[in-house]
Amino acid sequence: MTFLFSGRKEWNEKKKEVILRGILCVFALIPAIILIILFSYIFSNGISAINIDFLLNSPYMLERGGIFPQIIGSLCLVSVCLLFAVPLGVLSAIYLAEYAPDNALTGIIRFFVECLAGIPSIVIGLFGLILLVHYLNFGISLLSGGLSLGFMILPWTIRASEEAIRAVPRSFREASLALGATKLQTIRCVVLRNAFPGIITGVLLGLGKALGETAVVLLTAGSGLESFIPRSLFDPVGSLPVYIYMLATQGRHSSTAFSKASGASLVLLTIFFAINVSALLLRNRYIRRMRGEIA
Amino acid sequence: MRVKVQTRDLNVHYGRVHALKDVSIDIEANSVTAVIGPSGCGKTTFLRVLNRLVDLDGARVTGKVFLDGEDIFNGVDVTSLRRRVGMVFQQPNPFPMSIYDNVAFGPRIHGIRDKKRLDRIVEASLRKAALWSEVKDRLHESALRLSGGQQQRLCIARALAVQPEVILMDEPCSALDPVSTARIEALIKELKREYTLVVVTHNMHQAARISDYTAFFLNGELVEFGKTSQIFTNPAEKRTEDYISGRFG
Repeated sequence: MTFLFSGRKEWNEKKKEVILRGILCVFALIPAIILIILFSYIFSNGISAINIDFLLNSPYMLERGGIFPQIIGSLCLVSVCLLFAVPLGVLSAIYLAEYAPDNALTGIIRFFVECLAGIPSIVIGLFGLILLVHYLNFGISLLSGGLSLGFMILPWTIRASEEAIRAVPRSFREASLALGATKLQTIRCVVLRNAFPGIITGVLLGLGKALGETAVVLLTAGSGLESFIPRSLFDPVGSLPVYIYMLATQGRHSSTAFSKASGASLVLLTIFFAINVSALLLRNRYIRRMRGEIA
Repeated sequence: MRVKVQTRDLNVHYGRVHALKDVSIDIEANSVTAVIGPSGCGKTTFLRVLNRLVDLDGARVTGKVFLDGEDIFNGVDVTSLRRRVGMVFQQPNPFPMSIYDNVAFGPRIHGIRDKKRLDRIVEASLRKAALWSEVKDRLHESALRLSGGQQQRLCIARALAVQPEVILMDEPCSALDPVSTARIEALIKELKREYTLVVVTHNMHQAARISDYTAFFLNGELVEFGKTSQIFTNPAEKRTEDYISGRFG
């Protein structure tokens, strides 16, 4: 066929393709480069602040002390958030995927869930402030913060769980029913069991979102500089993102303030990293089970 | 002839589509009944009526279906019906669990928890499905590591574990190689001593090999039903003869 193309034209086409590939490759590398730059900057600024005192003491006078209550506070907030959003999310997903009829009401429910996903976090924070902090009188507290975070990640737990449930092949459900299982038994023993890794991945991703959320927590949970660990659901609670915010804005722009803020950021990023790795390992386990490598 | 499953004027509609038309048939106990016919003739729908999996398909079913004289759509609990009438699907579909857990799934669902009892049931079912010798040393490996033919025999063992009376098979060999097919055909002939089998098949030669009775469906109608030997040598209906001799299909 080569006689159909002049040698010149073919060479130009090839050159174009090589250049295009090069450009696309560079574009693909940009996010990785940004991540590396970001991490290096935070790391270089913050590593000096990381030591045992920093991790185990409480903050005082804004720029001194450590972030221990903030670490614990973030974990507590996220726990309350998940305790609310995960059971509710999974049960809603089961309803939507397995029981909901294909009608207008179901369509409306789905639409509302999608809308909730799109609401800006500051608005959710404001809602939490008005409803939970003031109207229900929970005050600035772990409970108000945790529940507000729960509202925020609920659409994600529902979506991820529903997708995971739908991904379970129909053939498994039919095989289960054909053996005389009830629908509930099929959901419990076949569907949820197989959807579990997908649901957990969704939970971990929601956890990540909640962990890093600043606006909601700022309005409902505490100033970020608490020097105590919450003893009840109604105590105010510190958190890493708000601490970072405080140090970055209220600090005297001194290197101590920035380095402590960066140090706290490093801790936060480490927790994120751990969450992402867990999510990856879980997906891996699921893929291996589907391939038959493990039972 | 002792009748195990009976239908009278069975009609199935999917919306406007009339999938089964006035099907009346008597299936004899401890026999193998082959269900043959071209694609789309209603064979699979017919099978799915017998264990009421058709309930999941959004179909409208009228007429009567009897298992040992009881109307399965009226007054029989659907989960106990499905325990008594098992099904093996065209594509082997073992759960992504161990071989043991696959076979034990049914009994566990029905409340059997005692490990020794489950062990006995698992072994007996795998033996009946002619799979025991091949898997007895790796019961706790994933079922998905088995070959296609082994997976299908595992599905048969899984169905046998709940001690059904009728076994429905929807083209059980169509996804398998000839060697596995031959093994499963031998298994089917063995199983009829204890169970009643209804086997849908695309393969007329298979139907002739394994079955005692044959039902020929065309466009949702039961065109002819009778002893296999008679259907294949001296069919009463012209349409049956045309299908069997390959004039269409």
